This record gives sequence, structure tokens and C-alpha cells, in this order.
Amino acid sequence: MTEHAVAELPVANAPIPAAEPRVAVHSLDAYFGAQRVVRGATVDFNEGQVTAIIGPSGCGKSTLLRCLNRMHETVPTARVEGEVLLDGRDIYAREVNAIQVRRRIGMVFQRPTPFPTMSIRDNVVAGLRADGRKAPSRAEQDEIAVWALQRAALWDEVKDRLRDSALALSGGQQQRLCIARALATKPRVLLLDEPTASLDPLSTQKVEELVYELRGEVTIVMVTHNMQQAARVSDRTAFMLHGELVEVAPTSRLFTTPGDERTEAYITGRFG
Amino acid sequence: MSRPPRRSIRGRRARSAVMVGLTVVASILATLPLLLILGLLIQKGASSLSWDFFTAMPKPVGETGGGMANAILGTVMLIAIASSIGLPVGIGAGLYLAEHRGTKFAFLVRFLSDVLNGLPSIVVGIFAWQFLVRPVKHFSALAGGIALAAMMIPLVTRTTEEMIRLVPASLREAALALGYPRWRTSLTIVLRTALPGIVTGALVAVARIAGETAPLLFTAFGNQFWSTSVNEPISALPIQIFTYAISPYDEWHSLAWAGALVLLALVLVISLVARFATRSRFRGGHD
Repeated sequence: MTEHAVAELPVANAPIPAAEPRVAVHSLDAYFGAQRVVRGATVDFNEGQVTAIIGPSGCGKSTLLRCLNRMHETVPTARVEGEVLLDGRDIYAREVNAIQVRRRIGMVFQRPTPFPTMSIRDNVVAGLRADGRKAPSRAEQDEIAVWALQRAALWDEVKDRLRDSALALSGGQQQRLCIARALATKPRVLLLDEPTASLDPLSTQKVEELVYELRGEVTIVMVTHNMQQAARVSDRTAFMLHGELVEVAPTSRLFTTPGDERTEAYITGRFG
Repeated sequence: MSRPPRRSIRGRRARSAVMVGLTVVASILATLPLLLILGLLIQKGASSLSWDFFTAMPKPVGETGGGMANAILGTVMLIAIASSIGLPVGIGAGLYLAEHRGTKFAFLVRFLSDVLNGLPSIVVGIFAWQFLVRPVKHFSALAGGIALAAMMIPLVTRTTEEMIRLVPASLREAALALGYPRWRTSLTIVLRTALPGIVTGALVAVARIAGETAPLLFTAFGNQFWSTSVNEPISALPIQIFTYAISPYDEWHSLAWAGALVLLALVLVISLVARFATRSRFRGGHD
């Protein structure tokens, strides 16, 4: 199903897959202590699309992202108000367990975070063993590891050293390993928090290509401080400023005819 | 900045050489005691070391020969008792301190651990005597082991905490984001990553208590006979060395030297094990 989605080059007016919200955020406020860092955000993240969140440093874009898989609340004094619907169900409802939410949503961080005590193979399947009781058999894990590494375009580089330390890989490879690890549990949603911020241009390009290829299969939300990156890989772009979600629009439109003058000021480089 | 005049460069080089020389001398002085002690113990004790020393029981005054088999067994038993109590408690407390570093309770525990760490060992011995020996009215290996555990716990707690705090917070985040429960994150990711350092800390603590004498004087007490019971007084190398060293008999003096040499060798071996046990299991990777 990805074939025709990938057929076009990653330009802003690439065809947008069926727009149906997989994740719907509704008047969301996020706090650190008394400080409100996300203010009344309302946005839909559509099935199979890549949505980029851009904005200047400290505008709350990472915090908004971390509210989508309940990682925000892992920080002391942090709290969230409002709704985040995953397939129509509020992940902040009282009966919902944060751990179950995180298992259904993959996340990759700014810096690669391979587990240093684990081999490359064990890193990839680490998420499958998050719940000790239901871990698949070794053979199944091996199969999933191969699949995930192939999806993350890392297989050819590591197939001969699956049992080596993950720390032996380069930074860009480590980041793709983290993407493979996130994909191994087959999440429907993938959150990327400035995934290329610590990578060199070549590795950045590989990660961007990967994001573009995963489009259609996985709903991706990517925080980036790089507007060109947003323009290259995303279907829709959200612009945030001072905790407020200023504008969400198809990427081509946001970068050519922004609806808000603050967006225009930012994308034309007048601040930030 | 302008270039300093040539003249002063020679002066700087000379001063640098003097300072480096001083630190080298300080480094030699820092390790000199160990070398001197080792030399002295070998000179005085090696002649009394024989197979008998490890396998035979102490002989009565006047008879030559004899060994410290019971004291060696006692030391091993005391270390085993102390470790089986001290390591789980110390590592558990260290894990708590690292994971809940900001709480008032953590602050209190950390402070008390530091105080306990600095507590003279004789005080620990008296305390153990009051609560573990007096109520049951007899000395025991168990009381000695618990006294040693009390010395070990603050040491293990603090090194465990330090080692866990060296694990980057990003690893914990990554595990949580994969859907690991907090406890599993702590155990399988954070503790696993910190493990080499924790093992080193634990072995350092074991080496430290292996030679403790004061806490044992009123607890394990010492025993001239072969005993494997945790409820009976038991001998230990430091106690035996102490008893023999203050005796008026030359035969016993040289056994005390030999005992000291064995004790030093034990600590050395534990330290070496600590070094080798904690190397990365990956040959290709770096740690």
C-alpha cells in the first residue's frame, strides 16, 4: 500500500493519503508546575500522514508531542488537561493505563538512545519484552528484528553483527536502530522528537527518506526546528509559538500562503 | 592576545617541570605504604606460610606449627553473612535514592548513610553487642555478620546511587516510551546499565569489611576451635591476628604476620576480581 505513496518525490504537494484522524487533540493544556507550556492545543493527526510541528525553541512543540503518548507526565510536577483521542478513545481517561498507551505509540528522541547493555538484535526487540509475560518466542523475535531493521533501512549495514554492542554503531545508525526498535512493536503512530538534530547531513537524509517511506503505513508526528525538513517530508505542518498552536495546514499551503501573520513572520525568517 | 616574551617561556617550562615532578613524587608517596606493607608482610610472614596454615587448627602454646583454618573459614562465613544482608539492602537503598533523589526521605537517608559511613567501627561493634549479643547471652557468627553488614550498607548504598545516577536519563525515557513499567525500567535498563559500577562498589565494600576487627571483638568474639555454626562464636582472620600479635610468644607472632599477609592477599584478589568482572561483555564496543 506504500508503493504509490512513495512514487512521488517528497515535495510539498505530494498526494495526501486519506485524511482521517488517528490522533485527535482537543483543547490540551500542559504544565510544568504552574507554568503552562502548551495552551489549548487542538489538532488532528491524520491516518498515514506525516505531520511536522515547527516553531522556535521553547515554544512547547516537544511537550505537545510528549503529551501524545503520556511521556509528559513522567517528569515530576508535569500535568496535562484536555483530551487526546487515539482511535476515538481518550488516552487520559481514568481507566486507561499510560503503559498500554506507550506500547501502541512508538517514540524516537533527539539523541539516539540504544541500550548499552544490549546487542543490536536485543535492542530492536526490547519493546517486545517490555511486558515480560507476553514476550514472543526467540524465533519470532528474530523474525521481527529482521523485519524492523529492514523497515528502518539498517538491515544491510548490521546483518553480520547483530550480536555486537549497539554502541559500536555510528550516530546515524544508532538513530535508525532506535526507529527500528520503535517499529518492532508495530505501532500505528510514531512520534519523532527532532530525530535528526544530532545527526550529520547524510544520516539526516537517510532518516528523512525513511520517514517518507513509512508514510501511509504509520501515522507520524515529527517535531523539527528545521523548516526545510518539515517542507521535505511532511503532509501537514503545525506551527507553534509561545505554547500556542498558531496554525495547522497542508504543508504546501502553510509554506506558501500561511493564514496567520505570525506564521508568515516565522517562515520568512523574521524571528526564531 | 599578544604573544608572551620568549624569555618567560623557558621559565614557564621549568616551573611546569617542577610541578609535574612534585605530583609524581606525591603519586609515589601515595602508593608507597601499600608496597612497604606488602614487603614487610612477605618478609615476616612468608616463612610461616605453609599448607598447614590453611588446613590446620591452632596449636596450644609451646607446640610448634599449627594454622588458622578455623579463622579463614570464619572470615569466609562472616563475609557471606554480611554480604547476603548488606548487598541487597545497600543496592535497594541506593536504587531508591537514585530514583527518588528529590524527596525529603531520600535526603534524610542519604545524610544518615554518610554519617553511618563515618561511624567508628568500634561503635558499630558495641551497638551490635547490645542488641544482638546481650539479649541471647552469647557471642555468635550471626551477630558478627550483621555488624559487618551494618558497616557495608552505607558504602554500598552510596556507590550504587552514584553509579545509577551516571546512567543517562535519556535511557530511562527511551524504556518508558517503549512501554516499560517504571519498575522494569529501573531493573532491566537502569540497574543493568549501572551493574559494572555497582559490582565494583560491592566488591570494594567486601574488601573493606574483610579486614575489620573492631566490630567483631564483641560479636563474633573469636574461637579457638573449628565451628561452622552461625549461633556460636567464630574466629576470623583479623581477630586471630590481633590475639596472636598481642601474645608474648614468638611462634604466634610469626603466625600473626602470616595471617596479615593472607588477609592482604584476599583483599588484593577481591580488588582484581572487581577490575576484571566489570569489563564490558562486548569486545567490539566501548563502555
